[in-house]
Amino acid sequence: MAALEGAGTGEGAGSAAQDRAAPPVLSISGLKTQFGTSVIHENLDFSVQPGEVMGVVGGSGTGKSVLIRTIIGLNKPTAGRISVFGRDLAGLNGAELMAMRSRWGVLFQDGALFSSLTVAQNIEVPMKEHSDLSPALRQELIDVKISMVGLPPDAAHKYPAELSGGMRKRAGLARALALDADILFLDEPTAGLDPIGAANFDILIGDLQRALGLTVVMVTHDLDSLYAICDRVSVLVDKRVKVGTIDALMREPDPWIQEYFGGPRGRAAAGSAEKAGTQPAGTA
Amino acid sequence: MSAAEELLVTSSLEVLRDGQRLTLRFTGDWTTQELARHDPALRNLDPQDAREVAMDLSQCGAVDSAGAWILDRTLDDLKRRGLNVALVGAPPAVETLMGTVAARHVECPPAPKGDNPLVAVILRVGRETVRISREATDLLSFLGLTITVMLRSLAMPWRIRGTALISQMEQTGLNALPIVGLISFLVGVVLAYQGADQLAQFGAQIFTVNLVAVGILREMGILLTAIIVAGRSGSAFTAQIGTMKVNEEIDAMRTLGLDPMEVLVMPRVIALVLVLPLLTFYADIMGLLGGAVMATVVLDISFFQFARQLNDAVTVETLAVGIIKAPFFAFIIGMIGCYEGLQVTRSAESVGQQTTRAVVEAIFLVIVLDAMLSIFFSVIGF
Repeated sequence: MAALEGAGTGEGAGSAAQDRAAPPVLSISGLKTQFGTSVIHENLDFSVQPGEVMGVVGGSGTGKSVLIRTIIGLNKPTAGRISVFGRDLAGLNGAELMAMRSRWGVLFQDGALFSSLTVAQNIEVPMKEHSDLSPALRQELIDVKISMVGLPPDAAHKYPAELSGGMRKRAGLARALALDADILFLDEPTAGLDPIGAANFDILIGDLQRALGLTVVMVTHDLDSLYAICDRVSVLVDKRVKVGTIDALMREPDPWIQEYFGGPRGRAAAGSAEKAGTQPAGTA
Repeated sequence: MSAAEELLVTSSLEVLRDGQRLTLRFTGDWTTQELARHDPALRNLDPQDAREVAMDLSQCGAVDSAGAWILDRTLDDLKRRGLNVALVGAPPAVETLMGTVAARHVECPPAPKGDNPLVAVILRVGRETVRISREATDLLSFLGLTITVMLRSLAMPWRIRGTALISQMEQTGLNALPIVGLISFLVGVVLAYQGADQLAQFGAQIFTVNLVAVGILREMGILLTAIIVAGRSGSAFTAQIGTMKVNEEIDAMRTLGLDPMEVLVMPRVIALVLVLPLLTFYADIMGLLGGAVMATVVLDISFFQFARQLNDAVTVETLAVGIIKAPFFAFIIGMIGCYEGLQVTRSAESVGQQTTRAVVEAIFLVIVLDAMLSIFFSVIGF
C-alpha cells in the first residue's frame, strides 16, 4: 500500500519547475470526513504549492466537492488538520478566520451569484464587507475585475438571471477575485459550458493565474481542462488522494485512474492537448 | 506569514519634491487592504511646478491587481497632465501586472438611472393594474379548467389518484388539527372574556353564551380555519408545485403524458374540499369549549348551564351556515395555491413571490366571499 502512496509518486515525478523549498500554501494531514455512517475521506494527506494549478478529479460520490467545502470551512472535518498559509484553520478565532477568508476566493458550480444584485453589486459585496475602500475606488476596481474576467462592460448592471451560464461563471470568478485572493477554489468551472466556452474559460483561468500569481485548486470532470491548465492532478481513490502530473498518474496501476486517463475521452483530450501544445510542461 | 509579521508589513507613500523633480516612493505591500489609506493622496496629487516625475517602486513588496491598477492610474494621470513620468526600479512582475491590468481595462457604463419618482409611481400603478386584471382573467380561466377537470374526475372516479388524495388529506387536515384547535380554543376564550365584560354592565352575563355560540359557529370558526389553512396549505401547494416547476418536473410530466391538472391539482383541491368542513366542525367544537371554560372560570356558569343556554341560543342551522361555506373556501384556497404554483418561472426567487401572492389572494378572496355569503344568507333569511 505504501508504494501506492499518492504523494510519494507525485512528488518524485512532479514538474521540476515547482519550487520545492517553498512551504505549501495549503496542507492537509490525516483528514477524515464522515457523514452519518458513511466515511468520505480517511487519513487523507494533500498539499498545494504556491503558484500551482491543482486539479482534483474522482468518480461521482468520491467527495471532490466535499474536499473543497471542507477546506474552505463549510464542512467540519471529523478528524485531521487543515492549514492554509501555514496556519491551522481549527486554531483561528473569528476575526482571524475572516481575514483568512478574504485571502481565498471560491467559485461555486453555477457562479452562486446573489440573484437580487447586479453583477457589479455582486463584485462589490466582498469589497464592502472586508475592506474600507472608497466608493470611487471600488467602482474603478469593479471595472478592473469585470474587464479582467472578460465580461462585456454592459454586463455590469445586469442581473444574474439575464446572463448566460458562461457569463455567470465569469461574474462568479470576478467576485471570487474581488479582494485579490491568493488561492482560488473552483468547483467544476467548465461544467455546463459548451466546448468553446469551456476552452475560453480554461484560457482565462490560466491567464489570470499567471498574471496574478494565483494558486488554483480546481475540481473538474473536464479532461481538457486538466491537460490545458493543471500543473498537477489529485485523484480521489479509496478515500485518499493520489497526486502527480498526468504522466505520472498514468503509470498508476489503479483501475479507475487507468480507465480515466486511458479511456477514449482521456486519450482524445491528451491528443488534442498535444496538438495545441498546451501541455502543462509547455506553460510551466 | 505570522500575525505579528502581518502587522509590521504596511505600505507607505513618500512624496519628495526637489525643484522641478517630483519623486513618489512606494514602499511595502500595495494590496487591496492597504489602498484605502493612499487612494485619496494619489487621487489629489498636486504636482505643483514639477516637470518630471519618478515613480520609485524599488522598495515595493507584494502588488496585487488592485495595487497595479492604482499605480497605473497614477501614471496615466500624471502623463495626461503633460508631465514626464518614469517608473524606477519596478520589479518585472509588477510592471507586467500593470500592463495586463491596463491593457484589459474597459470602463463600465454608469448604472442606468431610475425614472423620476413621480413617473415611477404612475408607471407602477399602471403596471400593477394591468397585471391584476390579467391575473383575474387567468384565474377565471383556471377556475373553469379546474371545474371541468373536477367534473371529469367525478365522472370517472377511478382516475382520481387515491394515494395522493389521502396523503394530501393527511397533510392539510390531520396535521393541521393542533394549530386549528389551539387557535379556535383561544378565540373562544377571548370572545367569552370580552363579551362577559360588556354584558355584565347590563347584568346579562348569561348571554355571553349566545355571543360565543353564534360568533364561533356562524363566522369565527370557519373564517379562522380558512385563514389558517390558506397560510398553511395554500402556501404549501404553491411552494411544492412551484419547486417542481423550477426543476422542470411539470414539463417532464407533460412529456410522459400525465396531466398536471389531474396529477397535482385535483388531489390537492379535492382533499381540501373534503377536509375543510371537518376541520371547521372541529374548530367550532374547540371554540365552544374555550368559551365554556372561560364561562366557568370567570362567570361561574357551569358546563351544564352553558349547554342549556347553548341549546336555546343556536340551532343546527347556525352550525350549518358556517360549515356550508367551508367547501367553497376550500376550493378557492386550493385553486389559488395550485394556480400560483403553476405560475412560477424558472427561478427560486419566483417561488417565494408566488407563495406570498397565493396566501394574500386566498385570504382576500375568502373574506370577500364570506362577506357576499353573509349578505346572501341575511337576504334569504337563513
